[in-house]
Amino acid sequence: MLRIEHLDKKYKTGDRALKDVNLEVPKGQVMALIGPSGAGKSTLIRCVNRLVEPTSGRIFLGDLELAHLGATDLRRARTRMGMIFQEYALVERLSVMENVLSGRLGYVGFWRSFFRKFPQSDIDEAFNLLERVGLDHMADKRADELSGGQRQRVGICRALIQNPDLLLVDEPTASLDPKTSRQIMRLICELCEERQLAAIINIHDVLLAQMFARRIVGLQLGSIVYDGPPENLNPDVLTQIYGEEDWEATIEKVKEEDEELDTAALLNIAKVHPPS
Amino acid sequence: MSQGASIRRWKRPPFIQNPTLRWGLWVGAAIYLSVAFGTMEINWDRVAEGVVRGERFLAAFFPPDFVTRWDSIQDGILESLWMTITSTVIGIILSVPVGLGAARNLAYKPVYLFCRGILAVSRTFPEIILAIFFVKLFGFGPFAGFLALSVGTIGFYGKLLAEDIEDMDPVQAEAIKSVGAGWLQWLNYSVQPQVMPRMIGLGIYRLDINFRESAVVGIVGGGGIGATLLTSFDRYEFDSAAAILLVIIGIVMVLEYSSGYIRKWVQ
Amino acid sequence: MPIRQQADTKIWKRRTTKAQFAVWFGWLLGVAIFVYCWRLISDKTIWFFVADAPKQAADMAERMVPPKWSYMEVLWAPVWDTINIATLGTLIAIVIAVPVAFCAARNTTPSVHFVRPVALFIIVSSRSINSLIWALMLVTLIGPGVLAGVIAIGLRSIGFCAKLLYEAIEEIDQSQVEAIIATGAARSQQLSFGIVPQILPAFAGISVFRWDINIRESTVLGLVGAGGIGLQLDSSISTLAWTQVSLILLVILATVIVSEWVSAKIRHAII
Repeated sequence: MLRIEHLDKKYKTGDRALKDVNLEVPKGQVMALIGPSGAGKSTLIRCVNRLVEPTSGRIFLGDLELAHLGATDLRRARTRMGMIFQEYALVERLSVMENVLSGRLGYVGFWRSFFRKFPQSDIDEAFNLLERVGLDHMADKRADELSGGQRQRVGICRALIQNPDLLLVDEPTASLDPKTSRQIMRLICELCEERQLAAIINIHDVLLAQMFARRIVGLQLGSIVYDGPPENLNPDVLTQIYGEEDWEATIEKVKEEDEELDTAALLNIAKVHPPS
Repeated sequence: MSQGASIRRWKRPPFIQNPTLRWGLWVGAAIYLSVAFGTMEINWDRVAEGVVRGERFLAAFFPPDFVTRWDSIQDGILESLWMTITSTVIGIILSVPVGLGAARNLAYKPVYLFCRGILAVSRTFPEIILAIFFVKLFGFGPFAGFLALSVGTIGFYGKLLAEDIEDMDPVQAEAIKSVGAGWLQWLNYSVQPQVMPRMIGLGIYRLDINFRESAVVGIVGGGGIGATLLTSFDRYEFDSAAAILLVIIGIVMVLEYSSGYIRKWVQ
Repeated sequence: MPIRQQADTKIWKRRTTKAQFAVWFGWLLGVAIFVYCWRLISDKTIWFFVADAPKQAADMAERMVPPKWSYMEVLWAPVWDTINIATLGTLIAIVIAVPVAFCAARNTTPSVHFVRPVALFIIVSSRSINSLIWALMLVTLIGPGVLAGVIAIGLRSIGFCAKLLYEAIEEIDQSQVEAIIATGAARSQQLSFGIVPQILPAFAGISVFRWDINIRESTVLGLVGAGGIGLQLDSSISTLAWTQVSLILLVILATVIVSEWVSAKIRHAII
């Protein structure tokens, strides 16, 4: 689905954020991108939808080459890539519904969007998605009235209503508490499964990456240093990515805590949304 | 000396550490003040006379005379209000494109410099000087005042709009860009919601400023209440002047009160 | 709620029908008011002059160049006066504004029911009258000259400074003051140890900001006879000495730019 060839990014300040990155993400695969802050994770996914202009290299979405598209074609290509942000990036003064519908902006003309006259099919889809994430009763709340987890769910809806082929997810859990983090990660993975979406998830939390992604890519100083299944993440690999540290404890802890927290989280969800 | 060593004295450290600079500033200020007062030519006899007139002027407020010149007061005030409203509306409409162009994160460099240039020029000269020239060009009357106030509004509002856009949250803007929105859609969905509440408040504030200014452009022939006020001072009709001043203060207070209310409402 | 259930589909609209009507009505009313005001202004305008204006403007611009540089000798004194009007006026304003602000701030006023309204009234009346009107009044009372200008600028600035200052006082961190009170300090000591240090930067910023505005305002006070460069502007325009006018405009421009630069520097040094 997504193929990145020899991608390089050099910022004006002289920092070389990405060095010859080659990567392929097939349809339906959820890939976690881990690495220390400053490794270039964020730059990488922003190069894909060109919020950051790559310096050289080629990026293919299906058969479409993204790196050299003109403004109009880029716009059309962006509608095929949904993005989920670290700080939710909802437009705070718009309502939840408007935020979700803003995912359709690439498909409707200016005046329709100006008067908020979206096609009924878009509105149906918006309600479906909000229902799916459990927020349909919040449609008319203003985005800044929501809690962090709720905001991130709206952000997910906004990305999915684009009907994308690819999800770019930038640190979705960085501002959330551990329990909500897991719920959000689970939601993203389930939705990718349902819709057979390819996804790149930037995440600095190794535990969460191991729990949810079937493929893990480790980035260090702009280069890929690990690409493989989560089970093969051993202390040596983590040291290579993050530097020297006692990793045994982390890996052990994952396995225990995993089950514990998971059951707790499930129980809590059951409490909040009693099965009807 | 031996005692001084055992007792530790404390004094608050001065704001300016360098003593030469500190004393230099004080001396400089003293010299400036004495020269400034020295070059001021004050006719004390005339000032003394002013005290008597001042009493008369204050007395004129109790009660002010609304009646004698009511027709011209009413005309002037209404003219001021029309000028205020039209110049605020037109000025704000015109300042939106200029302000968008003058925001560094929105416009290309040449557009940015051009729009910043417009803003700088329209902000430098006080409205009253603009009014003098517009009166020369367009003749006496409210049209000249209207133009002067509009130009002033463009400078004021355009600059604040540009600054507000530069201060907005870039991530929200990025998010709307990432869904593939067009430029106008992007403005409508990410820029506008972020800057709107503050800009509405500032628009009302500018309405307030334009009313105060519209009261003076009349002094140079730009229409509005200013001309009436000037005449009443020239004729020493202090009770009419007092009435006009009270009307101005009243309207300003109403505007200020309602602007506070509206600003709370749009938040 | 703008969500309606219709058969199986949920319909979403941005606003309820009623709210949508209110919005349209608001726009209609606004446009109507604007058109009405515009018509009244247009009635009082001689459109022939307006149509002729571009030609007039070109003519005027032509007569303005080149500026009469030799006239500069005459202008130094008025420029000096202009700066003095702004500076001395600002000083007077600050001296008066400080006690007024302390009386107007809810947390420092001696009496909320009596002193505070009086202070607020002083602020409002000072602010609502333009400095040019103050100057007009003072010229009538104490005669033309720099003194009228200084007092006019001072009177106008009192309200401005006091308003910003009392808002700053009301926004201070009360816990710092409480800490000073807890040591058993007297009221004046609370003021100087708890409140003054907190508002000092704001106070300095406000003064410099107002000084900058006052430079602009004092350039025009001469139009009503209150001294400064406006006097020369007025007489040059009335004698149609356009080359002098253009020089004066350049001088005003330069003064304003320099004052803006100075105030930016000072504010930078303080904060």
